[in-house]
Amino acid sequence: MDFFRDNLPYILAGISVGGQYALIAIGYTMVYGILRLINFAHGDMFMIAGLMGVYAVTWMPLYLAIPFVIIFTVVLGFLIERAAYRPLRNAPRMSVMISAIGVSYLLQNLALYVTGGLTKTYPTIPWISNTVTVFGATTKVVTIVTPILTIALVVLLMILIHKTKIGMAMRAVSRDFETSRLMGIQIDSVISMTFIIGSFLAAVGSILYFSNYTGVMPTAGAMPGLKAFVAAVFGGIGSIPGAVIGAFIIGICENIIKGMGLTTFSDAFTFAFLIIILIVRPSGLFGEKNIDKV
Amino acid sequence: MKKLSLLLVLVLVFSVFAMGCGGSSDDAAADESAAGDNVIKIGVFEPASGDNGAGGKQETLGIQYANEMCPTVEIDGVEYQVQLEIVDNESSTDKGPTAAQNLVSKGVSIVLGSYGSGVSIAASDIFADAGIPALGVTCTNPQVTEGNDHYFRICFLDPFQGTVLANFAKDKFQAKTAYALAKLGDDYSVGLCNYFKQAFEGLGGTVVYETFPDGNSDFTSYVANAAKANADVFFAPVSTEAAALIIDQASAQNLQMPILAGDTWDSNVITGAAKGKNVDINVTTFYQEGGNPEFDEGIKAWIEGNSTNLANNGGNTDLAAVTAMGYDAYFTALEAIKLAGSADPADVMAALPNVEYEGVTGLITFNEIGDANRTTAYVKHCNTDEGIWEFVAEQGVE
Amino acid sequence: MTKQKKWLLSCIAIAAFLGVVFLLEQTIPKSSNWSMLFTVLEKGSIYALVAVSMNLVNGFTGLFSLGQAGFMLIGAYTYAIFTIPPDQRASVYQYFDGGIITFMLPAIPSIILAGIVAGFFAFLIGLPVLRLKSDYLAIASLGFAEILRAIFQWDKLGPITNGSNLLRKFTTYHTSLYPIIAAGICIAIIVLVINSSYGRAFKAIREDEIAAEAMGINLFKHKEMSFVISSFFAGIGGALLAMFQTTIQASVFRAALTYEFLLIVVIGGMGSVTGSIIASYLFIACREWWLRFLDSEQYIGDFKVPLLRAGFRNVVFSVVIMIIVLFFSRGIMGTNEFSWQGLGGLIRKIPTIPARLSRKFKKEAQVNE
Repeated sequence: MDFFRDNLPYILAGISVGGQYALIAIGYTMVYGILRLINFAHGDMFMIAGLMGVYAVTWMPLYLAIPFVIIFTVVLGFLIERAAYRPLRNAPRMSVMISAIGVSYLLQNLALYVTGGLTKTYPTIPWISNTVTVFGATTKVVTIVTPILTIALVVLLMILIHKTKIGMAMRAVSRDFETSRLMGIQIDSVISMTFIIGSFLAAVGSILYFSNYTGVMPTAGAMPGLKAFVAAVFGGIGSIPGAVIGAFIIGICENIIKGMGLTTFSDAFTFAFLIIILIVRPSGLFGEKNIDKV
Repeated sequence: MKKLSLLLVLVLVFSVFAMGCGGSSDDAAADESAAGDNVIKIGVFEPASGDNGAGGKQETLGIQYANEMCPTVEIDGVEYQVQLEIVDNESSTDKGPTAAQNLVSKGVSIVLGSYGSGVSIAASDIFADAGIPALGVTCTNPQVTEGNDHYFRICFLDPFQGTVLANFAKDKFQAKTAYALAKLGDDYSVGLCNYFKQAFEGLGGTVVYETFPDGNSDFTSYVANAAKANADVFFAPVSTEAAALIIDQASAQNLQMPILAGDTWDSNVITGAAKGKNVDINVTTFYQEGGNPEFDEGIKAWIEGNSTNLANNGGNTDLAAVTAMGYDAYFTALEAIKLAGSADPADVMAALPNVEYEGVTGLITFNEIGDANRTTAYVKHCNTDEGIWEFVAEQGVE
Repeated sequence: MTKQKKWLLSCIAIAAFLGVVFLLEQTIPKSSNWSMLFTVLEKGSIYALVAVSMNLVNGFTGLFSLGQAGFMLIGAYTYAIFTIPPDQRASVYQYFDGGIITFMLPAIPSIILAGIVAGFFAFLIGLPVLRLKSDYLAIASLGFAEILRAIFQWDKLGPITNGSNLLRKFTTYHTSLYPIIAAGICIAIIVLVINSSYGRAFKAIREDEIAAEAMGINLFKHKEMSFVISSFFAGIGGALLAMFQTTIQASVFRAALTYEFLLIVVIGGMGSVTGSIIASYLFIACREWWLRFLDSEQYIGDFKVPLLRAGFRNVVFSVVIMIIVLFFSRGIMGTNEFSWQGLGGLIRKIPTIPARLSRKFKKEAQVNE
């Protein structure tokens, strides 16, 4: 019990940040599942959503600003796919990945230009920015809300994927790109839908994340993005439950490592963990094993 | 090969563009000299983006204001126009050197800057190679000037600041244990934490020292660590970007201990972040607003009068000490140019050690290493109800 | 053209280039606008070396590795640690009582040592990592680079690495020819490797791993070899970068640095050494020199050009990169290399470029319709 009480702040922080990583990680894992593309720009989309949140509240009331940010991010995600990835559909895979790095570069530099390099403070959202005391540990409400909201969204997403037509199309495309095209599935609309869902979740994640850690800077998306990607690989890339579980594990471990005083290694540990998993189970916790056909 | 040819065309277009621009600025200079206005260039080597972007911009504001106040300098009866060459070193030790080379290529007589010790140390050798003197404004780490003939500075040093803070923690808060947090790879915060640790342990206290990696924005666990260590003070001399996040977390977790920090925290970013929060923040700094009412009024009106300046100062007219320091640095540089009687970098460098200038932040003279002789620091406390700094004490070291 | 003639032509071209650089260096003063040319030449050469080394793994062997920044870090630190003069160590390692190394080595052995240490670490890292496939390899190598960065910043290793603080005062070069020649020699060695039987084995692995294995190529041995050679030269690149910057710090070697090299490799053309070199110089020239005017206010006559302020340079730069990536997805050179015949052909073709361009766009417009 003492251990629990001593470590409660770390576990709470871990669960909360894990939930936020999970929302980003889903975007990575779905895009990878369908396009076999590591969408390096996804973390920066998350940052742009945060930045948009900062600007939106200066233009409109909060209850409009939140939907605006989400819609803006979804449209941006859709447009980026149209402009930067679709033209390269038949190019080598590496070109698409480079295009993603290019987009990431562009988004970061745009943010740098617009903000003038200054960190913007994320607006206070009533209620979720308040503080509460849980079992003697003081924290923000958002810490408690995040895991609940994350799980609810994931359940909805799973229903979408398993019960609807577009979900079925997504599963088909991620299983076999060429065959599903031959079967008459509109590949482009499936891919657009994937980006829309990914961006939507990233926008929700950004609201939660930046309510908790209130500084938005141009590089704010880089580390969470990378960790979310690690979470996606960790859970088995292409698998949504895997990404979510991976994200929670990484979030909690990272904070416990910090609590143990090994603060220098909090990021490095995430990667070390990943490498160990990859060596033991090369396709992640829940990934499907790929067999090369000759 | 087709692409290569296209590329060649692109390159040609670009080089014409670049040369055109280079040419045009040369022409402009030529025009001015033709009109009898000789130009002296002063380089401003400051971050406008990255970790220290906010502070760097405020420091640059001071320099720009000073330049506006006094845009000319007289040497041997000839009036010279002083032109600022501003580059962005991006607060990074790898982008800094090329930005410094850019300043060198502009033919500056002296360089002012930088905010943040790491970039100053990183660019130091570039200026040394080019024989250009540099005048540090608020880079407080000893390594900036140590063993360098060309680097001078007008601020106090971290061993001094660390001792002041350690004494303050001991005397004011009866602290026995201190939690010190630095950013990995940031020479300023790592250095200041080290000096604080030395001084505080010399006073019989213990220090729990931790670091956070680059790109970290989750300070929950660090605040929890400080609480777990039963520390009496939380010492975090980090960049303002991280500081705002730390304040927010400290308040969210109801951290019941005073927060101490160094000169970087004396900024309206901090007062803005701390406003309405349950935190007790104390910092050491170079200048107390109100120290020179005439200067304060003038620069506030100037900042208010221009939207870009206002944005660069963080949206309000609260003065940061670094702005006053930037102002003094400019006039110290002018003083050196006057004393040298020439705009030649070598002459300016030779004249700098003998400069004496009474600035708004106090008398500036240099010792044999090139550091300013400063013996006092101001301690400020943040009034979180109104979001302003309050003067606490003037502190020295016996 | 005969082989001897080509050799002669190449030697003359190289000698002429070095001679011109030497002359320019003697004549152009440091305070002139043109002195940025040397910055571009120096940093461009160093970037070219690292880009070519990355191309060896990614372009020629077909392994998607993102560990370059980590190996540069090892190289830069090895070089810096061994070349700081003993009398400066007390000042550099001020928080660690002068460190535990009390001797210094000359520059060139240190550079080679930097490569060897980086190669050795690559060998160790390669043992587990190279068994992974494509994207998993990428993320694992990226992870190792991040782990290396954390280790080098660790306080407990401070007496060797100076913790996370800057290393400085080590031996640097004093002429732009130094990095150009050093990078040139290294790139020449890489080209020799690529053209050897090992190089052909690498390319076979790139084209089809299973077929290559069936042909009797030891997959793991060759992958490890390519990885170690690449890292060796990345280490040397890191050492040269340290010399260029005059100070070095672990926090510089982020994942973003690796992405820069990946961009260069792809812009130049995967599997083209010449492409990587050209792209490196262009990349550095654009970012550090040609576009820098975008960061400050400019006037054309009395007209103030809008949008120009700090940061605009990087926006334009990334737009240029996106354009190249989207419209020239095979890169500047594709998989071609520089040749004298090609250059001759190119010069003859230059007058026809506008016509060919318009034809190309017309064709694309038709395709799009």
